[in-house]
Amino acid sequence: MSMRLYLWQRATAALMVPLVLVHIAVIFYATRQGMTAADILSRTHNSIVWASYYGLFIAAASIHAAIGVRNVLTEWSHVGDRRAGQFAIAFGSLLAALGARAVFAVVLS
Amino acid sequence: MIARGTMHRGSALWIAAMVHRLSGLALAIFLPLHFLALGLAIDGEAKLENFLRWTDQPLVKFAESGLVFLLTVHLLGGLRVLVIENLDWRDGQKQLATIAAAISAIVAFFFLARVF
Repeated sequence: MSMRLYLWQRATAALMVPLVLVHIAVIFYATRQGMTAADILSRTHNSIVWASYYGLFIAAASIHAAIGVRNVLTEWSHVGDRRAGQFAIAFGSLLAALGARAVFAVVLS
Repeated sequence: MIARGTMHRGSALWIAAMVHRLSGLALAIFLPLHFLALGLAIDGEAKLENFLRWTDQPLVKFAESGLVFLLTVHLLGGLRVLVIENLDWRDGQKQLATIAAAISAIVAFFFLARVF
């Protein structure tokens, strides 16, 4: 892993520590037997706070996961460095796009 | 007889590193599905509601508690890596890794108790 990717990996990890802690707290708060879509959407709809929080979370997670997957591919498979990098970019882009769509779905739609 | 190059495998810290990597990989596989599920709300509340009712199945709840375990163990494993790399070395790394796994299991258990 290059120094640039290493720094991105660790920076996004550090950024996500408080985000994941809040996410786990939200999971516990929001999850109960019979949780409904209305429960979720009533809290998230038109909320700039949740849109910003999860937007940042998705950006960091997409970068972090893409670099992690790239490392796994280069270390555990016969895929070359270049192919692993291409796959990582595609995977990170997919995560970012699906994540942005999810935020749009629960906040703005 | 264990080959010299693989003797470290099975040590607590090797297992901790492996758990960190595998939990990260599993979360990376899960994330697109998680986003697709939330994206159901684009087509209206009813679609998301139908999906949530599907998740009421006991097997799905067990799977969700597994995901909570993976998220917590990956968070704590990552914190351990950040601390090792950025702060002075501290003894007791094996104990810390074990405590991280125990905390993750407890968090997952509490999640399971909450949803059932």
